[in-house]
Amino acid sequence: MIAYLIRRILYAIPILIGVNLLTFALFFVVNTPDDMARMQLGIKRVTPEAIEKWKQQHGYDKPLLFNAKAEGAGKLADTIFFEKSASMFAFDFGYSDDGRNISREIATRMMPSLAIALPTFFVGLLIYITFALLMTLFRATALDMAGVALCVFLMSVSGLFYIIGGQFVASKLWHWVPISGYAEGADSIKFVLLPVLIGVAGSVGASSRWYRTIFLEEIGKDYVRTARAKGLSELRVLFRHVLKNAMIPILTGVVVVIPLLFMGSLLTESFFGIPGLGSYTIDAINAQDFGVVRAMVFLGSVLYIAGLILTDISYTIVDPRVRLS
Amino acid sequence: MKIVILWTDAMIFLLLAVAIASAWYIRKRPHLMLPWQRVAKSAAGMVSLLLLSLFLLVGLLDSLHYRAALPEKSNGQTVYSPEVLSAFDALAGGLRSRTEKTYSAPLAAYLYAKESIETPDGKTSRGYPRLKYGGAHLADPERELAGDVVKRTGLGALVGVVVVVGILLLAVTIRSFRRRPESSEIYIPHSGQGRGVVPLREAGSMGWIPAFTKMTANKPFRALLIATLIIAALIGATANLASAYHVLGTDKVGQDVLYLSLKSIRTGLVIGTVTTLVMLPFALLLGVAAGYFRGWVDDVIQYIYTVLSSIPSVLLIAAAVLMMQVVIEMHADWFETAAARADVRLLCLCLILGVTSWTGLCRLLRGETLKLREMEYIQAAQAFGVSSFRILTRHIAPNVMHIVLISVVMDFSALVLAEAVLSYVGVGVDPTTISFGTMINAARLLMGRDPMVWWALASAFGFMLVLVLAANLFADAVRDAFDPRLSRA
Repeated sequence: MIAYLIRRILYAIPILIGVNLLTFALFFVVNTPDDMARMQLGIKRVTPEAIEKWKQQHGYDKPLLFNAKAEGAGKLADTIFFEKSASMFAFDFGYSDDGRNISREIATRMMPSLAIALPTFFVGLLIYITFALLMTLFRATALDMAGVALCVFLMSVSGLFYIIGGQFVASKLWHWVPISGYAEGADSIKFVLLPVLIGVAGSVGASSRWYRTIFLEEIGKDYVRTARAKGLSELRVLFRHVLKNAMIPILTGVVVVIPLLFMGSLLTESFFGIPGLGSYTIDAINAQDFGVVRAMVFLGSVLYIAGLILTDISYTIVDPRVRLS
Repeated sequence: MKIVILWTDAMIFLLLAVAIASAWYIRKRPHLMLPWQRVAKSAAGMVSLLLLSLFLLVGLLDSLHYRAALPEKSNGQTVYSPEVLSAFDALAGGLRSRTEKTYSAPLAAYLYAKESIETPDGKTSRGYPRLKYGGAHLADPERELAGDVVKRTGLGALVGVVVVVGILLLAVTIRSFRRRPESSEIYIPHSGQGRGVVPLREAGSMGWIPAFTKMTANKPFRALLIATLIIAALIGATANLASAYHVLGTDKVGQDVLYLSLKSIRTGLVIGTVTTLVMLPFALLLGVAAGYFRGWVDDVIQYIYTVLSSIPSVLLIAAAVLMMQVVIEMHADWFETAAARADVRLLCLCLILGVTSWTGLCRLLRGETLKLREMEYIQAAQAFGVSSFRILTRHIAPNVMHIVLISVVMDFSALVLAEAVLSYVGVGVDPTTISFGTMINAARLLMGRDPMVWWALASAFGFMLVLVLAANLFADAVRDAFDPRLSRA
């Protein structure tokens, strides 16, 4: 298993280089460093000297991808791409355009993101699986049909409706929680409550239906018939056998997401004014702060790959037959 | 008049042509018709198809663009208006041009905001001014409004229902005259001799009542009939009301919300379909190639889609859209009209969404092809020395088509919803493009007003809900028909 893990981690390196190349191309093919400098310094009346100075300060005064003037390995190494990307692999993200340390910024903004993302994830999982199990228990009855119909309906409602409607009802009408914002410590509860609720409600339709499909797939199998023949009650069959055996397909979709929870949700955070990593990224994209965007994309990809590896490991835990090799 | 073909128009009509051609192809082949016949047996599927075709009709009408000629000519040459209109605009003429000053509630005769009104005797007082168009025909709106609305609704609905019933009667009549084949051999069950000859007496016209009962005997048809009646009544009532009122109110600059909602449909359809058109070739080609050839081809393709899918998709879309915005802003001279610019932006959004969304389908297709290539008939083809290209096109592609179709219809609703969210965040369509997202974005701060301006939001969400719900139900019907294994879900 150790050998497997090492191979997976080594395999991640070319993928991360690819991710870096892609973000790099996205920003620099369209926007030359000159354009970036002009934008940062204000569009009008910028002297060429000022641009040169800005580029030098921010390390953009080198060729983009290939340095023809340098010697040997320097042809590739003495470029903007290499300088900006290589340090990423040591998780040194450098400085944003407004001169802040990106790594420190990420560390402080991680907490608010997690405060929203973690409860949303776990409460959501609990609710979706419970709902799906209930529908499975009453399968092929009017209750099940109503449940599925409700799921399809909820799937069809725009996520924006939940956010706008939720903010309106909970904050404007009932004065229950603040509309948006965030506070540290125990105060954060009232800021976190609404985003979590809306986050959970937003995907209840699609997720519950998906879990229901998984459970139904399992319930047609032979071991379930055996369990019933032994005289187990339907509830016991569901919880002791079906739920356990449905773990593999459930984990496939769920574990990948766990590391990404650190990134927070781009959309929820910008809607609710949460100073987390998601809103940080959106702000950076709007300000065209390449340093921050690249750091976030890199972090996101690392976490995604970590999620894939975790998924494989989790298989070995729920299913002893799985051997990683 | 000068016909304008925008990029997305071309794409939409290309898609339409492809759809018609494949329908023609499928019609002649019973084995391909079979799953579609199963779709036709689903009541929910047929009703949602009816709704979708209405949306599609509006979208297609809205895709025939032109620029009207201006009355004055500059040195002999006709000058065209900078405004690009569509066939839908021409049909809905009044809806587009009857703009009020600012907000007004649905079916209102007065403006939403108080203003100083000059009374005939020269004094000014503060009050709600009358609307320029909404309920302008009423002498005393406070007294007559309710009665007039009820009258118009009833009349419109009645006309709608009558039209549908008329068409139905026509269909029944035509059917009742269709002659049965005279004395043909048909199987008569339980008649003892198996095959029998139908007596000539029965071979004449079927008659009215039997034709009607025969048509309404199957359940999907009944559901479809009821849905058509309801929709016809709704459309009739709305059309009749819309000629004198703003049925769904007006927005900030006084534009009719009903008109905006109907215009949004095209944007939603473009995003939902053109994106698919863009990503389909990639996903199909790469997915099938990766699964069939394996080895280094598989490695490269897997590498590409792992890289793409490991970037959080919203991040990738946002970054790509912002970059595209910069390019479009820097090259303003590429576009003749504002509409052309907005249209290119819409197309680019489709491209970007396509690039970020093909990986899922690609992975599915690769998995399926891996399974298929081990099948006996593929191995037989290989043993006979059939070329790889031919195996891929003749044997593998037709056998993965159901996956493609299912994922296309399933993606449609997700894309329509995604457009709204992206436009809302500011990385979606051009702000001048009318779409559900821009409508919601413009209306989001209005909920705080007193009295509340709810109609713009409600109509955008309502129309979007109907469109997406219909798409979801239709997708379910298609999936059940094409992949019976999943139908229990």
